[in-house]
Amino acid sequence: MNFLETEDVVKQYSGHLALNKVSIQVAKGKVFGLLGPNGAGKTTLIRIINRITAPDSGVVRFDGRLSLPEDIYRIGYMPEERGLYKKMKVGEQAVYLAQLKGLSYPVARKRLIHWFEKFDIMSWWNRKLEELSKGMQQKIQFIITVIHEPPLLIFDEPFSGFDPVNADLLKREILDLKDQGHTIIFSTHNMASVEEICDDIALINRSEVVLSGDVTEVRNRFKGNTFLLKVLSSENTVDMASDKYSILSDTTERGVRELRIHKEADMSNSELLGFLTKQGEILSFSEELPSMNDIFINTVSTPNPKAV
Amino acid sequence: MNKIGLIIKREYLRRVSKKSFLLLTFLLPFLFVAMIFVPFWLSTLKGDDVHNIAVLDDTGKYSGLFQDTETYRFIQGGKSLEDYRISDKKEIFAFLSITDDLLENPSAAIIYSEKQIPGELSRLVNQAIAKELEEEKMASFNIPNLKEIIQESKINFNVQTIKWSADGTESRSSSMVASITGMVFTMLIYMFIMIYGGMVMQGVMEEKSNRIIEVIISSVRPFDLMMGKIIGICFVGLTQLFLWGILTMALLLGSQLIFGIGMGSDMAAVGAMNQPGLNAPDILANNSEVFEMLNTINFTEIGLFFILFFIGGYMLYASLFAAIGSAVDSQEDTQQFMIPITVLMVFALYAGIYSMENPDGPLAFWCSLIPLTSPIVMMIRLPFDVPYWQLLLSVALLYGTAILITWFSAKIYRVGILMYGKKPDLKELIKWMRYK
Repeated sequence: MNFLETEDVVKQYSGHLALNKVSIQVAKGKVFGLLGPNGAGKTTLIRIINRITAPDSGVVRFDGRLSLPEDIYRIGYMPEERGLYKKMKVGEQAVYLAQLKGLSYPVARKRLIHWFEKFDIMSWWNRKLEELSKGMQQKIQFIITVIHEPPLLIFDEPFSGFDPVNADLLKREILDLKDQGHTIIFSTHNMASVEEICDDIALINRSEVVLSGDVTEVRNRFKGNTFLLKVLSSENTVDMASDKYSILSDTTERGVRELRIHKEADMSNSELLGFLTKQGEILSFSEELPSMNDIFINTVSTPNPKAV
Repeated sequence: MNKIGLIIKREYLRRVSKKSFLLLTFLLPFLFVAMIFVPFWLSTLKGDDVHNIAVLDDTGKYSGLFQDTETYRFIQGGKSLEDYRISDKKEIFAFLSITDDLLENPSAAIIYSEKQIPGELSRLVNQAIAKELEEEKMASFNIPNLKEIIQESKINFNVQTIKWSADGTESRSSSMVASITGMVFTMLIYMFIMIYGGMVMQGVMEEKSNRIIEVIISSVRPFDLMMGKIIGICFVGLTQLFLWGILTMALLLGSQLIFGIGMGSDMAAVGAMNQPGLNAPDILANNSEVFEMLNTINFTEIGLFFILFFIGGYMLYASLFAAIGSAVDSQEDTQQFMIPITVLMVFALYAGIYSMENPDGPLAFWCSLIPLTSPIVMMIRLPFDVPYWQLLLSVALLYGTAILITWFSAKIYRVGILMYGKKPDLKELIKWMRYK
């Protein structure tokens, strides 16, 4: 069953349609990527899920029933624009924010100490936030997001502002959380991380969902019948011209010849391979899936994207 | 509900543990008491040196008039003024030169000195000469016993004001004392609304510009956050008021014990310095009257209504301040919304000040009922025994409006705290109220 669904969510701001009949399905225990260019309506959708704003029409469902005010305690939300009280001591404010999320004081303290020790930042406990670097503040922010162990976690652009080392740490933590059974919504522009982390995606462009589904399935859907062939290079090259396929590139490096081949849709893979065996000893043959980045750019820059 | 408690606690503790709060709270009563006591104390300090005043009396009529005091000693000048001017002047602080009969030529008496001449010295000289001239003048009329006649016809009149209480008992009252009491409470309420309302606005803007707001309202309703802040800061204000009250009283009592003199006689002494014509016992009597009059004012009732109006007025304005703080991105942008509120508050203050003249007049009456001005204007009227129906109506109107404005402000606040970028105008704010 889907852990969270939105159905035909519409949100209108003065003179501007922020969301137009947006429906997404987030499966339990999966990482769901919410993609889209700036201003597409991602943050608005997240705010609606968080019950920060209400939709004009449409519904949000948790576990198949309509979302309730109490559901906000089942969500951990890390907004894109992060912030904490600058003048407040780190430990004190972490405890306060954890209490606001429904934890009792002793539980909040215990869990925070656990996390602080895990990240080896116990020494920050009594320092004011403004004394910490931006990367350090991000860590605190992450801890505060997950401290109440909510079943649903929402990260809005989690990697922005992290250096590569800390971004990697964060990525591992997110995958860890997934393994522990948390459902995660992950909004980002960073397409490389989408391929790595996400199970399903929805791409929002101009207030509408233009693309959604399983990441591999989406990539398959966009595959352009392009194959990558590696053969041992040899003297006797055979004329490869055919109207059934075309060679996109042909390079040889350190004795390995790499061919990128585009085939016609009506030709089967085996048939293509049949032609290629003549080229020499085949090292590998694989279909090239388009990167999420290409899919993103293609979809978003198409003038009239067809809803899928 | 638990959440709002947490927020109140944080807002409260954060502010009362600030150094600036502690400093202001504990220092101001000292300053206040010092303002009362220091002038008196200073006046009791006598200078060590005695100043010699050389009297150069050409007429010979006046030189015997001047009595030595602790500070001034009058001596007969042996040389002429010109001689003194060029010779050694160390011994002599000032020269009083009288060159002619002063009845005929009042400008014939002059004090010369190289120093600034103290007011006390000229006063001493004036008194002595005036008394002599008065007698001389009276004698010139040739009417027997004229002095006694005049003495007897001197009347010191001061109308007594007596207030009848409901059961018919009499008590002496003074509209002056009532006015001052009212004014003190008015200023207090005005200051507190401005300072603590401003604090609410600052707090809201801080959370907005910190961007922590989105983290918080993903777990707390915006209304709870706003109310938590307003209530928390209200408690800070009440704490400060309470501490000021207690400390000021304790300090006043303490300094009376230390100085070994009652407040009344202090004031009398200070007064006596400024009005040499009156003698101290008179003023002492006046002072005990002031205290008697202060006692006719029902401070328990005033205190109670002060707190009621304070909370109501604060709620009303603080929620407006919160809405403004939520709508803007930066301090500069608050101006356009702050001006109307400031104008309103200042109007209320002036209405209060003018109501002092006529605390039961139409201006006072209406302004003490209209909720936006009533917390301030009613304070002026309180010591003058406002009918209970007016008080209760005013309180009811104030709280009703405060709730309504809080409700509207919450609607603006909810949208405003998440809006960044463009500066909204009033039309925009009204539109926000209709958002779901």
